[in-house]
Amino acid sequence: MNKTFNNKAWWMVLPVILSVAFSAIMPLMTVVNYSVQDILGPDQAVFVGTEWFKEVMRDESLHSAFFRQLWFSLAVLAIEIPLGIGIALCMPAQGWRASLSLVIVALPLLIPWNVVGTIWQIFGRGDIGLMGKLINDAGISYNYTGDSTDAWLTVLLMDVWHWTPLVVLLCYAGLRAIPEAFYQAAKIDGASRFAVFRFIQLPKMRNVLMIAVLLRFMDSFMIYTEPFVLTGGGPGNATTFLSQYLTQKAVGQFDLGPAAAFSLIYFLIILLLSFVLYNWMQRVGTGDKS
Amino acid sequence: MARIELAGIAHSYKPNPSQPSDYALRPMEMTWQDGGAYALLGPSGCGKTTLLNIISGLITPSQGKVLFDGHDVTQLPPEKRNIAQVFQFPVIYDTMTVGENLAFPLKNRGWKNADIERRVAQIAEILELSGELKQRASGLTADAKQKISLGRGLVRPDVAAVLFDEPLTVIDPHLKWLLRRKLKEIHHELKLSLIYVTHDQIEALTFADQVVVMTEGEVVQIGSAQALFEAPEHTFVGYFIGNPGMNLLPCSLRDGRVLISGTDSSLPAPASLDIGAGQLTLGVRPEYVECLPTETAGALPTQVLSARNMGTHWLVEGELGGHRIASKQRTHHPTHSGDTVWMKLPADRTLYYLNDKRVA
Repeated sequence: MNKTFNNKAWWMVLPVILSVAFSAIMPLMTVVNYSVQDILGPDQAVFVGTEWFKEVMRDESLHSAFFRQLWFSLAVLAIEIPLGIGIALCMPAQGWRASLSLVIVALPLLIPWNVVGTIWQIFGRGDIGLMGKLINDAGISYNYTGDSTDAWLTVLLMDVWHWTPLVVLLCYAGLRAIPEAFYQAAKIDGASRFAVFRFIQLPKMRNVLMIAVLLRFMDSFMIYTEPFVLTGGGPGNATTFLSQYLTQKAVGQFDLGPAAAFSLIYFLIILLLSFVLYNWMQRVGTGDKS
Repeated sequence: MARIELAGIAHSYKPNPSQPSDYALRPMEMTWQDGGAYALLGPSGCGKTTLLNIISGLITPSQGKVLFDGHDVTQLPPEKRNIAQVFQFPVIYDTMTVGENLAFPLKNRGWKNADIERRVAQIAEILELSGELKQRASGLTADAKQKISLGRGLVRPDVAAVLFDEPLTVIDPHLKWLLRRKLKEIHHELKLSLIYVTHDQIEALTFADQVVVMTEGEVVQIGSAQALFEAPEHTFVGYFIGNPGMNLLPCSLRDGRVLISGTDSSLPAPASLDIGAGQLTLGVRPEYVECLPTETAGALPTQVLSARNMGTHWLVEGELGGHRIASKQRTHHPTHSGDTVWMKLPADRTLYYLNDKRVA
């Protein structure tokens, strides 16, 4: 087929280019602009090239924040995905029990981030908090404001509490979409409960799980509000995740150059990891080795 | 292989059924002979699938017993019954290859790998799937997937019967014929009992030796295609089978003649027609109704509503005493809507129903 070369057709794409330019490219370019200059005052700026990038990349506190962040996100996925699947499998399929359990499960999703942080701040307190008091009374020393491990675990637990419901809802929707005939056929084939899960439910939940993993990975990688309210990044740097680090740089110390450089690196890291995760999940379980 | 008996089977989805309409399946007795090819024919919601699921064990009936070769299996779960079932939409295990799909029921029953391989190869040969054994099942066409579903049933050598629940619904028309022929071949080759649920009369009549016609949870007739066509035992069978269905005219018996309700026309009553209480209905297939252009003795004057050429025949539809009557004939005298024609009902092709059950 011969294509007619038509330059006027490019005008049709113009609205999209314009809207993307205003919504994404231009704000991003502002950040790029900051990242290559040293801004000394409103009218004083010096072009510094890649200096900020080099400085940020060599920053020891960034390295530790990055690994802390990575472990946190992996822990979030490792807990929330299996837990979400498990809860979704246990939920009733229909009737008022189904509606009721859906409402109960979805409740944490309706609570604003900073409220979640506040709730857990009180919940975990050793003197008046229900959880903190119970754990301490049980003879286990627990203090999230003083102990790094306790703080880290509390943030993780808070995230699991807040966001597992999202995974549950997605999995529940995926499970309900499986036609009854699959279960009937499996029964006739003599499949065990585990085989039904392994060969019917899990493969059929593939697509929703992919969405769940990506959403939970990206969101947890950018977590800010809840640890900020709960621990403020402490004790020490125990719960200083990447967003927190960035905010300290940009707002706390007003180091706009390094902060801008790091913003770009942060963005690229999330993009890259999500891309890798997505492509891996596209192939896993389909037997496509290429 | 086994003879399947349903003894006093009935099923209701309600906890306390009190009246007949509460039953999805009304109390019935039935025997499916070993090696027979049966079709369960009826409109949607008539209880066909419920009946099928009772045989396979997916549903435990509210009352009655299911017997396989005389053994009571009513309380046995599906996997213990040696029944294969193929569903309306192809069920395949997406993550497995065709071969693994076929091997799955045998694996679940703890077979040895060598035996599984031999048996799978054998079944794949019959289903013409040998070339695709290593392929992923998820990428195949609907008809191949349906063959795999069937294969998972056939792969078990002890299978008592194969049940089909409208298996060709999602298959392209030209492939339907091929797949149906394949089913008949398998039936001859493996001598399995087959029970085939459908709402498509052509599918039922071409597939089965015996067609079981159901409506409103009841079996109204069991018979060959010819019996269902020539001698429907119930007005529903007359109406449901045939295209168009049987002409059914309410009538009454008076002075030894049959008077068609709403008209002055009458026909001689057959000698065997016994009068009883209830609604008398006359039934005659459109194929046997002659449509004559002039007044003829014994023919009924009819207002023509439409006359259409259907390719191989003419279909004249008319109105007689407020009832519809159709004539389906190869020859045709030109008529138009509004004309009066004379419909001749041959006495030997005219059947009589009292309260929907055939009496003559």
